[in-house]
Amino acid sequence: MANVSDRPDAGIPPAEVPDLPLPHPHTWWGRYVFSQDAKYIAIQYSGTAIAIGLVGLVLSWLMRLQLGFPGIFDFITPEAYYQFITMHGMIMVIYLLTAIFLGGFGNYLIPLMVGARDMVFPFVNMLSYWIYLLAVLVLVASFFVPGGPTGAGWTLYPPQAILSGTPGGQGAGIILMLVSLILFIIGFTMGGLNYVVTVLQARTRGMTLMRMPLTVWGIFTATVMALLAFPALFVACVMMLFDRLLGTSFFMPALVELGETLSYGGGSPIVFQHLFWFFGHPEVYIVALPAFGIVSDLISVHARKNIFGYRMMVWAIVIIGALSFIVWAHHMYVSGMHPYFGFFFATTTLIIAVPTAIKVYNWVLTLWKGDIHLTLPMLFAIAFIVTFANGGLTGLFLGNVVVDVPLSDTMFVVAHFHMVMGVAPILVIFGAIYHWYPKMTGRMLNEAMGQIHFWVTFIGAYAIFFPMHYVGLVGVPRRYPEIDASFITTPVAGLNAFISVAALVVGAAQVLFLFNLLWSLRAGRAAGPNPWRACSLEWQTPDTPPVHGNWGKDLPVVYRWAYDYSVPGAPEDFIAQNDPGPRIEKDVPL
Amino acid sequence: MSIVLVFLLVVALIAGWWLSRQGLTSKPWLETGEIRTTAGVGAAPAAKIGLGVFLAVVGGLFALFGSAVTMRMDYADWYQLRLPSVVWINTAILVLSSAVLQIAVSAARRGESALLLASVAAGGLSTLAFLVGQLLAWRWLVDSGQSLAAHPGASFFYVITGLHGLHILGGLVALARTGGRLRRGNDPRRARLGVELCAIYWHFLLIVWLGMLALLLGWASDLVALCRELL
Amino acid sequence: MIVALILLLLVLGSVIFHLVSPWWWTPIASNWAYIDSTLVVTFWITGIVFAAVVLFLAYCVYRFRHQPGRKADYEPENKRLEVWLTVATSIGVAAMLAPGLIVWKQFVTVPSEATEVEVVGQQWSWSYRLPGADGKLGASGVNWISADNPLGVSPHDSNGADDVIVEGGDLHLPIGKPVKVVLRSVDVLHDFYVPEFRAKMDMVPGTVTYFWFTPIRTGEFEVLCAELCGTGHAFMRSYVQVQEQAEYDAWLGEQVTFASLQRPRPVRVAAEP
Repeated sequence: MANVSDRPDAGIPPAEVPDLPLPHPHTWWGRYVFSQDAKYIAIQYSGTAIAIGLVGLVLSWLMRLQLGFPGIFDFITPEAYYQFITMHGMIMVIYLLTAIFLGGFGNYLIPLMVGARDMVFPFVNMLSYWIYLLAVLVLVASFFVPGGPTGAGWTLYPPQAILSGTPGGQGAGIILMLVSLILFIIGFTMGGLNYVVTVLQARTRGMTLMRMPLTVWGIFTATVMALLAFPALFVACVMMLFDRLLGTSFFMPALVELGETLSYGGGSPIVFQHLFWFFGHPEVYIVALPAFGIVSDLISVHARKNIFGYRMMVWAIVIIGALSFIVWAHHMYVSGMHPYFGFFFATTTLIIAVPTAIKVYNWVLTLWKGDIHLTLPMLFAIAFIVTFANGGLTGLFLGNVVVDVPLSDTMFVVAHFHMVMGVAPILVIFGAIYHWYPKMTGRMLNEAMGQIHFWVTFIGAYAIFFPMHYVGLVGVPRRYPEIDASFITTPVAGLNAFISVAALVVGAAQVLFLFNLLWSLRAGRAAGPNPWRACSLEWQTPDTPPVHGNWGKDLPVVYRWAYDYSVPGAPEDFIAQNDPGPRIEKDVPL
Repeated sequence: MSIVLVFLLVVALIAGWWLSRQGLTSKPWLETGEIRTTAGVGAAPAAKIGLGVFLAVVGGLFALFGSAVTMRMDYADWYQLRLPSVVWINTAILVLSSAVLQIAVSAARRGESALLLASVAAGGLSTLAFLVGQLLAWRWLVDSGQSLAAHPGASFFYVITGLHGLHILGGLVALARTGGRLRRGNDPRRARLGVELCAIYWHFLLIVWLGMLALLLGWASDLVALCRELL
Repeated sequence: MIVALILLLLVLGSVIFHLVSPWWWTPIASNWAYIDSTLVVTFWITGIVFAAVVLFLAYCVYRFRHQPGRKADYEPENKRLEVWLTVATSIGVAAMLAPGLIVWKQFVTVPSEATEVEVVGQQWSWSYRLPGADGKLGASGVNWISADNPLGVSPHDSNGADDVIVEGGDLHLPIGKPVKVVLRSVDVLHDFYVPEFRAKMDMVPGTVTYFWFTPIRTGEFEVLCAELCGTGHAFMRSYVQVQEQAEYDAWLGEQVTFASLQRPRPVRVAAEP
């Protein structure tokens, strides 16, 4: 057994982590509205994200109604359809997934998991939420302005995004969208600084980086990436605002729109695409890495087994994070950029598949010879592996430049990215909520409702997006409000109707989930401090739910990694991280 | 996108250097027991690390603007921006305020509170002068027919100087609060840290300004061309 | 038990759907059969991996489900297994990437004998321009666009005079001759997409983009726009008619040239900006 003193940094004199002064609220407003407690901010973030996510869900229903049963719903005009897809995409990617993973889970779990009392800059953390809320409100406001929200597609490609041929292009829609994004980025940066510096500076004694749960690794790496990637979207949004409002030509070439020569000239839409995807690709991993981290922990806890290949998992997270900054142009193979970029970006894209595949293997290998409790979090984790493997593998089609040529801009792409960054991360969010709800509220979520929610969501979502790949293979382009039978040899109307019915059912199941969240708050079974018998620190708090300041008088001291499950010779099948524990000789090969 | 990629490479090297000292190859399951180290990055206060991370974000932001400039430059309608001489005076003023804040830092270290207060005030005032100078430069540009939408070089100049100015304004707020704290004198440790952070921020924004100026005046691309020729 | 069974059914269902579903790509009409083959290779490799992962998952869920007295193994890592898996994955990835890059090389290398055909997109219709007798397309730009010069062909470039302009009609192509499709847009992004040709490329205002292909069977193929271009995006349609050389020549003879469009009135030049 390796000795602690073998470590190179063992000679550093012991130092206590300085206890941070906590801003204690004195008023009702300070406690429940302008709270500076990361856990409370987390709940505010998640609540807002879920609320706006419901809007996104309803928009997806409307789109599917139009696609599945064209011609029946008169109010879904092409203009409305484009507004629905744009707002659906933007809401889901940015305002739901990014916000809930980083603002929600990041805020709740980071301080608890690293043994801190709170985030290091609580006031900035609070501001982050309020600016996020403002961004959401500006976004929602665009539904109510004349001309409605923008219908430029979530990619907001100029020139069409700011021209009159696109809904909201010459109205306030696009302006509000850009302003909302700029606000979101400012708010996120404030929160992101907190998450990063808390992990860097506020870990409790003994919590080395390699003892952190993978959840923290995932959220930390994703936050670093987001801090570096979101500025690209910021720059693109600012420049587009100038083009739209002040007549500059950053992205706007000379053009004749519907017979009228506009005053723009010389700009390049491709520059926008580069900036957008420089943000847009890392964004995929900003959503995926927290999901990777969380699902690793869910699998490990509920299979009562340490995560297989922890070191490899950490390295893979870091490597994926770094590589994701040099693959962005694989979204632009048919954009008209220099064709030779295709060689470089196809290669980097397929290289990133290797560490990603290793993560999938390690999740499955963690189950091997485990003691698998098929709890709801575990079920969602299994469903994540299936959908993520499916979506990840179809990514190999689209990343391989020449295979992408026939498939790009078809429904295949829509199916791929929904499976890999829609369904898979959302399944993790559900699993995580079923897993941590007991800690957040002290009560378990209702199991029966959870089972129905799980099976409908998993099977339903697979039934939506698996067949959708084939709609794309036939050749149906994405962003078509109407797929008539005229242009394809194989009619897809029947398949589309099936997909739409599945989408409606899956959406309805989420209502049950929301009901369960509220119902279990009162009626759920009491959970106790550590219902899953998990090792990581957040389950070891003196109070459940944890109070402001998280820990009692003293911060916990960490003696081991977060995965000491089923250690041979141990009396129980888990040893908490802050448990000095019996000294057990672990008989494992070095 | 080469500028931002170079910037990210620098960030990645720093991150990699730091990670390499974190025992990422250790086998945590074998290391049971108390590890007696401080958790954080050395003894630096959280605010300093926070500023460092923030500067990485700001650096990325301006690097991306730099990349946008170089990409836009390749199109036919790009022509050289003409700048008034007041820009050079502004640059000198910004160098001055950066230097004055550095004096403030050393004054704080030696405990010379009169010099500290004076240099913080001088730093703030000279920075205000810089902002006024930038506004004058804008006016000169408009008068010389280089208004916002006149040509892309000018558009970039307004956007970048505007955003740079906003960052400076934010710094001025922080500097004013630090100055207030110094005058009240009730929390000298925090005030001293504030001075130090402001100085770092000012140096950083000075470097950003010089970089952006070089880029917009075409010096940066001349330099790259020269290097290419040498290679 | 039930979970493992459902996972098994999911894999079976996916494979059966793939094999029997009528939804498959359109019969190819260009030389890019290689793209289809690369796609099929990718389908096989990814399909096998997917089935293997999910079936293994199902087996684990069944075999190692919680039972009283069960205790999990303690196995932090297994270097040999991990290295082995990494190498196998890398080989699989390389097996997809290598043919992909080789075909891409062909895709971006336009053969010298290819004839140029210009496609111009605007909200929301397609126009075409053929080089005429001299085999060269004249210069063009949006500042020359006017009512009788909808494509903005330069009146100053002598190569443009004999260019054949097809506005609102179908594009005709002779079978078996490689074509370099030169793409231009006068307003927003569009994408010239004919599912049967497999190839597609965005049209970017302010720039000229291209791709090439050889039509290999005659018939009528519908042109779609594949890049969101505003409200009428889905209704921006046209046809490509691939014909035998003789039929094509006959069609070509009926078309108007740029010069004949301009003749009735003196050329009007829009002011330079």
